[in-house]
Amino acid sequence: MLAVIIVAIIALAVALMYNRLITLRNRVKNAWYQIDVQLKRRYDLIPNLVETVKGYARHEKEVFQKVTEARTKAMGASSVKEASEANNMLTSTLKSLFAVAEAYPELKANQSFLRLQEELTSTENKIAFARQFYNDVTMQYNISIQKVPWNVLAKLFNFKLSEYWEVPEVERGPVEVKF
Amino acid sequence: MSKSLYDLIDENKKKTYLFIFGFTVILAVLGYVVVNLFHWGIPGYALFAAIIVIYNLAVYYNSDKIALASVMARPAGPEEGMLHNVVEEMAIAAGIPKPEVYVIDDPSPNAFATGRNPSHSKIAVTRGLLEIMNRDELQGVVAHEISHIRGYDILLMTVVGILGGLIILLRDVLLRWGIFFGGGRRRRDSGAGVLVLVGIVLAIVAPLLVFLIRAAMSREREYRADADGAYLTRYPEGLAGALEKIKMYTGKLRRGSEATAHLFIANPFGQDRRDVRGLFASHPPLEERITRLRSLSL
Repeated sequence: MLAVIIVAIIALAVALMYNRLITLRNRVKNAWYQIDVQLKRRYDLIPNLVETVKGYARHEKEVFQKVTEARTKAMGASSVKEASEANNMLTSTLKSLFAVAEAYPELKANQSFLRLQEELTSTENKIAFARQFYNDVTMQYNISIQKVPWNVLAKLFNFKLSEYWEVPEVERGPVEVKF
Repeated sequence: MSKSLYDLIDENKKKTYLFIFGFTVILAVLGYVVVNLFHWGIPGYALFAAIIVIYNLAVYYNSDKIALASVMARPAGPEEGMLHNVVEEMAIAAGIPKPEVYVIDDPSPNAFATGRNPSHSKIAVTRGLLEIMNRDELQGVVAHEISHIRGYDILLMTVVGILGGLIILLRDVLLRWGIFFGGGRRRRDSGAGVLVLVGIVLAIVAPLLVFLIRAAMSREREYRADADGAYLTRYPEGLAGALEKIKMYTGKLRRGSEATAHLFIANPFGQDRRDVRGLFASHPPLEERITRLRSLSL
């Protein structure tokens, strides 16, 4: 009788722990999906932005090319590490594009440019905040599956460590991205 | 953070149910008195029981709408694009769905959040706030409100505000009725007397209840929302700058009321005067909040 009770309690504990791990893992997946949505939004906004800036600053070819290349590369990324590196690259090329725009007063007064600028600023922020949230839940999940006795369960059911989204050194500090 | 987010959520839910329960008891006593007074018998009790259940459900599901309507908030349009963007950014940072966004057409800079849970939440900001804040400051204010939403402060704050407001209303009505009956018809003296008695009891209870509301909404809750908001943006100066600007503004919110005052990020009746700053203040002093924000290390 006692043995049955002990087995039942252990089975229940394992089930509860397993469910907790599933919740945490899904939270990480969902956080990653949030980043992905914002990245796609940025990929969609960039061609419009490039076209608008081209109308005023035709001869800044080099910058346009760099932005377009970085975008293509980011869109093709397959792992978290690759995506984070390619997108950090894209962020810095966009910064140089907005720096170029500073030199053209008519462009800075253009309504659709201003709207695109707010949209891109916001999308940059959303990416940064989604990344922050992703790293937070990734840390929770990773700590959980490394602790005793969870680590045994994690090994048994093949829960793998989640990768962090690397933040470039220059971007540490306030998350707000200014162009 | 000494208390985890989940502890905070549990505590807030418990307090909300406690308030709803307390109010149910008050209504039940009131119902008992009225039914006995007019000899309605069993059907009377059944009627009151039904009213109490429906009333509580209505408060739970609609208190956010009442709070929004009481300050004449309107849904933010597409022209308030930056506000929509900032709210969505902070919702992403907190990992909650984007709340509905409302604007109050009032020059006084202020903001509040309401709703029963993060999936049914609303943020309202005044036109004055949108006019004087830059993007970082607006983000700081919105992050503060998002922290109230994520921690379930909104449910407790809104339900308690509406219930407290209703008790005050009930007191006024009963006192008026009692005096009306008492003065007009001598024959129903006993009935009118009881109504006056209940009114007087409520007159004592109501201010106490408002005090309880304030205590439950303790200043600690505002400090915590400031700190959590700063943690979301990783930029405490945004909210600190916004509070500086709110401090400069001396006007009052036109449609502010005692029942909803504690919902706002800053006291809608202007800054608390020095003499009432103690126990009854609905908000901690702005200078103290700014100082604490600037000393945060993230």
